[in-house]
Amino acid sequence: MSTLEVPLHAVAHGRSGDKGNRVNVSIIAYDPNMFEVLAGQVTEAKVLDIFRHRGASGVKRYVLPNLNAFNFVIDDALEGGVNASLNLDGHGKTLSFLLLGELMVRVPKASLPLVSPYL
Amino acid sequence: MPKVFIGCGAGFSGDRFDAAVPVVDTLAKRDGARFLIFEVLAERTLAIAQRLRIADPDAGYSPYLDHYIEPILKKVKENQIRIVSNLGAANPVSAAKRVHTIAKKLGIKDLKVAVVLGDDLLGVYSADEVRKLPTMEGISVGDRDIIAANVYLGARPIAEALALDVDVVLVGRSTDAALTLGPLIHVHGWNENDWDLLAQGTIAGHLLECGGQVTGAYFADPGFKDVPNLAEVGFPIAEIEANGDLIITKADNTGGLVSKATVTEQILYEVHDPGNYLTPDVTLDVMSVELEEVAPNRVRLTGAKGKPPPPTLKVTVSVDGGWLGEGEITYAGPNALARAELAASIIRRRSQILGIQEPLRVDIIGTGAVHDNDMSAKRVSKKLSQNGEYRVRAAIRSFDQKTAQKISDEVQSLYCSGPAAGGGVRQYVSHQVSTASVLISPEKVMSSIFVQEVSL
Repeated sequence: MSTLEVPLHAVAHGRSGDKGNRVNVSIIAYDPNMFEVLAGQVTEAKVLDIFRHRGASGVKRYVLPNLNAFNFVIDDALEGGVNASLNLDGHGKTLSFLLLGELMVRVPKASLPLVSPYL
Repeated sequence: MPKVFIGCGAGFSGDRFDAAVPVVDTLAKRDGARFLIFEVLAERTLAIAQRLRIADPDAGYSPYLDHYIEPILKKVKENQIRIVSNLGAANPVSAAKRVHTIAKKLGIKDLKVAVVLGDDLLGVYSADEVRKLPTMEGISVGDRDIIAANVYLGARPIAEALALDVDVVLVGRSTDAALTLGPLIHVHGWNENDWDLLAQGTIAGHLLECGGQVTGAYFADPGFKDVPNLAEVGFPIAEIEANGDLIITKADNTGGLVSKATVTEQILYEVHDPGNYLTPDVTLDVMSVELEEVAPNRVRLTGAKGKPPPPTLKVTVSVDGGWLGEGEITYAGPNALARAELAASIIRRRSQILGIQEPLRVDIIGTGAVHDNDMSAKRVSKKLSQNGEYRVRAAIRSFDQKTAQKISDEVQSLYCSGPAAGGGVRQYVSHQVSTASVLISPEKVMSSIFVQEVSL
């Protein structure tokens, strides 16, 4: 089976939300068959690496197989959150796309839609 | 038991003002108990409302109340659709009076409005007592002046208010989900230990509370997640049976999309542990939730599980957050990035010359600034095109308004004293509110919660 390395954005979608200085990012596989493929690659350690430059101190992953989804809770990733952040996006609303863009995964080529710009 | 239809007309303070109109048109055609909710009260919104009430005892309800209520009040009254909303903010009684005034203007007779009171802890406790409550998250309140301290009420008081047979229920701080769960408890008579039913009602509320966020808004990603006619996105309607069966759909003849994907994103929105989402009514567990697309724009949700609520209630305490000063300027065309970087370094140097101590952030928008950190670490390591369009943004927080203004002014001065061809300066200096979440035991607030009908 031929595989290729793509940003998570090619095979999953998600949304971020804030609570204090903590952000949660959901990651949802477009194709239910991709859920298991992602489970081994979308790890707490990789997510922490992507948010470390912002001061992230820990990541907890929750797995929801019924929804083909993962929920990541990232501590201290909001530079103080709305209370203290100087970031234009103090809520971290844009951060789901940081994760979708930077986390690279290896997936079967056939799992991408034929029209995918990632092919 | 009739089926309950609950539509959402606003998901935040400032949401689209006419979104409720198609929701009401749709609810008017449905057979059953029908409700319209407006969720307009974020943590900071209430503190801002409290500041308004201190300045004027008749103010302090949502400044957008007229915008949301006036377009739909006549039709909801004619069709016996009942409104439940936190438009009351820091002053539900004045909000109720305002709704009566609007009704009078529109020639609506016999409108009945009730309010839920008791969320405002400063009405019962001194600031010093509030300071002693244990902090869960956010800033340490310390000895800072407390603007507002409001406890998140659950759904029971809303159900009690509906039992007064009123057309409109206005609350201040309650959980967003309570706006939906209250009507369900009222109509379906769910008991305090019907945990799984309360869980289905709470997830319905969680899905409705952000308006279009479950119907394709905050979702569209062209080419990956396409959503039809987002300019007229239909706001959500939940249909809930007495046994907890739940369908999420949207207003008829509107844009947007309700699918497993849109619902899944919203299920997990602002949720941390999906097995333990805490509310005053029930601890919600979504781990075994299943979704099914039963028809276009109709998703059935089953399997939410409930457990008893936590022993404490959450209180949002708001204190003065000082001032945020910001300024922005754009550089475009050949060598724009170099000119933007020069501008950024000038602002940093000016801040030193002026002796400003507070941490300063200078972004270059167009380089991934919102994903970066205060030191622009990612930008520095990126290969970026020198040509293009870049916008420099400086930001500082200070308890001194003049210091915040100074940094904003430094950006403006770049018009004539900065790199070549800077344009489009915008300045913002805004008063901030900081919040902390603290915990209180329910016995300490229960006695002060009450509902009452309000007339003009």
